[in-house]
Amino acid sequence: MSKFISPRTERPILRWTLIAITFAFMAVMLFAPLIIVFFEALRNGAVAAVESLGNPEAAAAIKLTLIVAACAVPLNAVFGVAAAWFITKFDFRGKAFLITLIDLPFSISPVVAGLCIVLTFGSATMVGGWLTDNGYPIVFALPGIILASMFVTFPFVARELIPVMIEQGRAEEEAALTLGASGWRVFFTVTLPNIRWALLYGVLLCNARAMGEFGAVAIVSGKIRGQTATMPITIEMLYQEYLSIAAFSLAAVLALLALVTLLLKTALELRFADQLAATHRA
Amino acid sequence: MHIEIDEISKQFGTTAALSPVSLAIPSGALVALLGPSGSGKTTLLRILGGLEFPTAGRVLFDGADATNLTVQERRAGFVFQSYALFRHMTVFDNIAYGLRARPRSERPASAEIARRVTKLLDLIQLPDIGARYPSQLSGGQRQRVALARALAIEPRMLLLDEPFGALDAKVRKELRQGLRDIHDTTGLTTVFVTHDQDEAMELADLVVVMSMGKIEQVGKPADIRAKPATPFVREFIGA
Ligand SMILES: Nc1ncnc2c1ncn2[C@@H]1O[C@H](COP(=O)(O)OP(=O)(O)OP(=O)(O)O)[C@@H](O)[C@H]1O
Ligand SMILES: [Mg+2]
Repeated sequence: MSKFISPRTERPILRWTLIAITFAFMAVMLFAPLIIVFFEALRNGAVAAVESLGNPEAAAAIKLTLIVAACAVPLNAVFGVAAAWFITKFDFRGKAFLITLIDLPFSISPVVAGLCIVLTFGSATMVGGWLTDNGYPIVFALPGIILASMFVTFPFVARELIPVMIEQGRAEEEAALTLGASGWRVFFTVTLPNIRWALLYGVLLCNARAMGEFGAVAIVSGKIRGQTATMPITIEMLYQEYLSIAAFSLAAVLALLALVTLLLKTALELRFADQLAATHRA
Repeated sequence: MHIEIDEISKQFGTTAALSPVSLAIPSGALVALLGPSGSGKTTLLRILGGLEFPTAGRVLFDGADATNLTVQERRAGFVFQSYALFRHMTVFDNIAYGLRARPRSERPASAEIARRVTKLLDLIQLPDIGARYPSQLSGGQRQRVALARALAIEPRMLLLDEPFGALDAKVRKELRQGLRDIHDTTGLTTVFVTHDQDEAMELADLVVVMSMGKIEQVGKPADIRAKPATPFVREFIGA
């Protein structure tokens, strides 16, 4: 077998062409746009860029986005772990259907998801009306934005975890039970440590997506300036008004937040490199 | 501890993994569950350990009904076929796990835990591997660590699912003697699963031959060799 599909059989020219195409694609599709965003933001100098972020609208947008991510991401982490745990550790009817259901937010347009939330919790509905009357409006307010972000980012954690947990099976948990550990103890000392890298990865993806979500939030938030406009919404509004320095500066901040999460992940991986190596060699 | 299995049956959906089986295991015996693949050996062992619950029938430990005891309450030292060592913990932490999981009032002090783990590492003749991770051990070493981890909880019985299944012939022979020695020093009632008839005959005091969810014969190795009770047993051990 290996005679036919050894990594060396294709000709060097082919190999180098493929590598060059990959790099060219990444440069055009990933790096160039990112660099242009920063370039545009700094077109009139760093001072102008920073000043444009100082206006209350931009500051409010940054704050709102951080609050939304801080609420939606931990909740989705908990729900994602619970869903993955339930699906992989128990046998029940309708399991395949449930796994498909978890993917639903990926296949539904975020705009449709946003409309669903408005239709369910809007002030015209029973639940929404009652909550609004009691001073807790959902739609056009923070709870709705968090709900929309959670809906759109729900699959990330569960989808990272399910294959890992299926691969690891139940044997280690069962061993811990026979050694006298309670269910909670098993979860915190065996299950969680075994999935921590997949969990971290899922949380980072979830976070990046939660901060960047546009479609669902645009519908649910009502785009009220300085109040319910998140960073992506504010960027779009500034751009439509030809305030390109302000728009690109805010976009650069959003891109930086994403880069910081990626750096964080890389740093953690380096920090725990030996542990990773020790636990992942079969 | 004396174990009694009283008319245990187990259904998985429509498959009957165990049609009613009964078996008495005398205290301190070393018993082999022998049979071909799918005969219900693992299922029976897991029912004894409390990892699976019977559809009908009872399990008695020293005469007391243990059918509804939880897996934690049974205090069975269980060695899994794939060993199921905690991959993110060192060998030391693996062996100490059961002691640390005890309620605070019964938990030994950490110096005492360290002393016991060291003693167990000596018992399995691997005194220097406490700081390693399971991935840094050979198959035979992993098997012995799994045994030490099971012994650490001061179990009432020892249950092993194909303890030598994944090892090469030479290591198997060595570890067979190791298990015999540990059984003789601890005096624990021990049940192990195997589909290797040589292993069962050589090691066990009592061999239980199973086929298709039923017990075909129970007896001393020599008796089973001399007088197979059914055509199935004759063919299986004659092979
Ligand atoms: N969780 C389960 N769900 C459904 N069927 C099961 C389950 N566990 C076991 N079975 C079935 O029960 C029967 C007995 O299985 P068991 O694992 O006890 O066999 P075994 O004697 O240990 O076989 P092996 O030597 O291959 O390990 C088999 O037909 C198996 O398919
Ligand atoms: Mg088995």
